[in-house]
Amino acid sequence: MEIGLNHYLVLSTILFSIGLVGVMRRKNLLMLFFATEILLNSVNIAFAAISHYYGDLTGQMFAFFVIAIAASEVAVGLGLLIVWHKRHGNIDLEYMSTMRG
Amino acid sequence: MFEAIAFYLFAFLTIVMFYITVTTSQALHALTALAAGMILISAFFFILGADFLGAVQIIVYSGAVMALYAFGMMFFDTTRELKEKKGNNAIIVGLSIIAAVLVVVIFAAPMVSTNMAAHYPMVADAGNTQEVGIVLFTKYLVPFELAAVMLLVAMVAGIVLAGKKMDLSLTLMDEAEIQQIKDEQNKKVLS
Repeated sequence: MEIGLNHYLVLSTILFSIGLVGVMRRKNLLMLFFATEILLNSVNIAFAAISHYYGDLTGQMFAFFVIAIAASEVAVGLGLLIVWHKRHGNIDLEYMSTMRG
Repeated sequence: MFEAIAFYLFAFLTIVMFYITVTTSQALHALTALAAGMILISAFFFILGADFLGAVQIIVYSGAVMALYAFGMMFFDTTRELKEKKGNNAIIVGLSIIAAVLVVVIFAAPMVSTNMAAHYPMVADAGNTQEVGIVLFTKYLVPFELAAVMLLVAMVAGIVLAGKKMDLSLTLMDEAEIQQIKDEQNKKVLS
């Protein structure tokens, strides 16, 4: 049985919905970061698959830039999280309501 | 045949790993499951012939990002059970599926309209790494440099944020406390 582009897109969709469920039901901010990593990776799979089946390297290029952005997001986000944890002693979303939003 | 077996095996394992990541109540289990899922995703890149991307995935995600997360978790209390939001499950799952279908539509729309042609076709008789290098350093040179600057900014931000003296919040303190800190600093400078 031949594996086509649709197989990869369906897999990417499944992983993307898993990540979205994680984003919506997690309270801990660190777990929320994990879910965003899942989202970025599922889109990377779609990019690489399209790049392969259309013989075009643009998809792989965008996957590289997505990886670079994910890495810097983790660095800045974890720094902010450490600052928050030093000040307040927890990283739960429900306590981050200083601005009453 | 082998491609199909590999695809289904790795797809199953990746979905299981990411499912564990979003559902477990232990932070350490989530971290290890996420690391395993990242490595399994690189398998898809190797199947698809994107060797360099697969290697970068392993190095960056299971090397740098996971090390950062493991380092960050030392600061947090990860032994206690995580609390979950008590929301309506039907709404969460429904919204996720709608959003995922939207993603598929976004990706599939240019293919259905059949006007998609390769901008930068693969070069014949060159390995994947060589092709990536050729395209990255000609057509995508400016985004590449911008990504480098962005990583530098992220590095500086990480160092500054995790550095000392960042546990004080000048906006949340009143004037007396701020004056006290200033006096202490002046004493240090004078002595």
